Amino acid sequence: MSLLTFKGGIHPACCKEFSKDSKIKRIEPPDFVYLYLSQHTGIPSKPALEKGEEVEIGQKIAKASGKLSVGLHSPVNGTYMGTVMHPHPLGGMKEAIRIQVNKENSTPFKEKKRAKISSIPKQKLVNIIKDSGIVGMGGAAFPTYFKLQVPSSKKIKDLIINGVECEPFLTSDYRLMMEKPEEVMKGVDVVRRIINPENVWIAIEANKLDAFEIMKGTSSLFPWANFVVLRTKYPQGSEKQLVDAITGRKVPEGGLPFDVNAYVQNTGTAFAIYEAVYLEKPLFERVVTVTGNVRHQSNFLVPIGTSFEYLIKLTEGPIGKISKIINGGPLMGIAQSQISSCVVKGTSGIVVQNETESIKKEPSPCIRCAACVDCCPMNLLPTELYKHIEMNRLEKAKEMGVLSCMECGSCSYACPANIPLTQQFKIAKSRITKKGK
Amino acid sequence: MLRISPAPHITSKVSTTKIMWNVVIALMPAFIYAIHIFGERAILLTMLSIISAMGSEYIFQKLTKREIRISDGSAVITGILLAFNISPNSPWWLPVVGSAFAMFVVKQIFGGIGYNIFNPALAGRAFLTASWPSLMAGNWAPPASGTLSGLPTQALDGIAQATPLTLLKVNPTESIAQSLNSTYMLKALFIGKVGGCIGETSALLLLIGAVYLFFKKYADWKISLGYIGSVFVFSGILYYLGKTPVIPLFHMLSGGVMLGGLFMATDMVTSPVTVKGRWIFGIAGGIICVLIRVWGGYPEGVSYSILIMNMFVPLLDRISEKKIFGR
Repeated sequence: MSLLTFKGGIHPACCKEFSKDSKIKRIEPPDFVYLYLSQHTGIPSKPALEKGEEVEIGQKIAKASGKLSVGLHSPVNGTYMGTVMHPHPLGGMKEAIRIQVNKENSTPFKEKKRAKISSIPKQKLVNIIKDSGIVGMGGAAFPTYFKLQVPSSKKIKDLIINGVECEPFLTSDYRLMMEKPEEVMKGVDVVRRIINPENVWIAIEANKLDAFEIMKGTSSLFPWANFVVLRTKYPQGSEKQLVDAITGRKVPEGGLPFDVNAYVQNTGTAFAIYEAVYLEKPLFERVVTVTGNVRHQSNFLVPIGTSFEYLIKLTEGPIGKISKIINGGPLMGIAQSQISSCVVKGTSGIVVQNETESIKKEPSPCIRCAACVDCCPMNLLPTELYKHIEMNRLEKAKEMGVLSCMECGSCSYACPANIPLTQQFKIAKSRITKKGK
Repeated sequence: MLRISPAPHITSKVSTTKIMWNVVIALMPAFIYAIHIFGERAILLTMLSIISAMGSEYIFQKLTKREIRISDGSAVITGILLAFNISPNSPWWLPVVGSAFAMFVVKQIFGGIGYNIFNPALAGRAFLTASWPSLMAGNWAPPASGTLSGLPTQALDGIAQATPLTLLKVNPTESIAQSLNSTYMLKALFIGKVGGCIGETSALLLLIGAVYLFFKKYADWKISLGYIGSVFVFSGILYYLGKTPVIPLFHMLSGGVMLGGLFMATDMVTSPVTVKGRWIFGIAGGIICVLIRVWGGYPEGVSYSILIMNMFVPLLDRISEKKIFGR
């Protein structure tokens, strides 16, 4: 059987076996949680409380501010301690709400079964999703309510649920599909009702056939869903590559999936939507895979704002010395300068590397092997681009499509000469866009 | 202290050094066979060639205060390939001079690994051919288990002391053409019972090495198929038109087509990076090779065909850019 896929890509060791059998486990909250006001694409949220106020789990602690923004909800019962500057997993020090956890009061969040969901109008559903603080959980953290408001000129033909999880090591979406298939599908149903597509595709990579079978097992309840297996290849989960693999339509340069009448939503986001709509539960916790060089690689249900340090300790610690901590997967994730960084809504995993795994390989001259050219999923010529950027020919780089680079890291991964291609493109992109302003 | 660096945080296990040494491994079947048919002279010449290539690179890098990279395997490849391109009868200094030229002039002056325009071994061979034509084209030795021409000695009086391609160039009578087209001849070429350069003799063993590289993705089969395939097709057309008296299979198996098409045209540094570019590179190279053989002054056209195509690589890369996703 030839599986659906895209052209290019790489085949890194998937490394999912470390954590794939670890069931999602709710953790005890730490002493303090830190909720960054900026943990989504868009305008940071605004604190809604006074210092010293008691907060309950699930209570709104920061409001959305502006057109593209969502609020924050307390993941614990505790005391609001004001805002502090705290190391952000995406880099730098960012303002965060600090909550002291009340260890005496471990009352869980009271889920309420929302009634008559099928009769809630679309706009109301979107508002619930907005109020629940839901953002894309695959890492991009784009406010979901905003994405759901597809311009009326763009009729959505294909809704694709991204259960690909192509980054090595990560298993949070996989565990959700294994353990909560019906809930995920109910979330998908909500999205389906809002955007009203012709087809719904549940896309899962071939290295997760067990999750595929379990998800497919719900098909009698959700007859509108098509379950498809995609070839195991990185970056299969990238929106543009996924839309291409399933529909054969290519998102135009600089465009979005809706430009080709497609809409992609991550599995974890679908689950969050389910909780918000069905249980009136806002987004204040998420599944995080803590894996790599730790004793017990695990999938934890984590209060947003829990520090990486605390989570790594819960795995009974690293094996040997920690050398690198990555927020996200090893191909696109961000290396942390501080172990005190805290989980944000987009943190799907934490990968710990030791000294040897994180060693920086010295670059050597390009031997024109074309490994980068062959694997670039955007069909760019990384080696040529690199040379142009090196010589400061940014116009030429732009013409050759550097702005289409999605920084998936495939070229750097494949390069036998260890040339920092992705890094160079990232810098060039920001230089080009800054110049344009 | 935590290490911070930009993504990605993992890399493949393939390195330049690994690719180069695998090419060396892929050349071993042909090398061992060369020792078998040409004796220790083949070892001596090849070793001298390798030592000269590595030594030249070392001296250049030392003098210019660059990083010493002689262990990355690329100099070894050049050394082996240059030796593979000379007669087993050559004087000892010939590969030494050839490899030194290849490393100093062709590779290092252009900037070292990755920056040379021409395949160093081929350009070294071209230099030797221009400087000592008699040593490069008329100084052959028969292999241990065969004859220089590949034909049985009693078959054709006197002419058994020339290589098949020389026979074809100098005196292509009907009876010679017939012998060259014989199954006996083709088998001799395929297995390697014909005289010629040290490493070009056995098509079979070169293929085995190359298939290993294709499988490992350390060489692109498209260039090889393009090159060898186009030699076959184009010589076939000329044979049909009566412009060459020998069949395409003879053109494909004789001389350096296999060695060049499998190991020299596929040199990553001096071939295009795009898939389309590689096809054009290989196909055009094969056509030029046949043109030289049929109408040119030399009996063999492989090395010049590849060197000519080397010059077109930047152009090929430019005209064969891929269509950017979504553009």
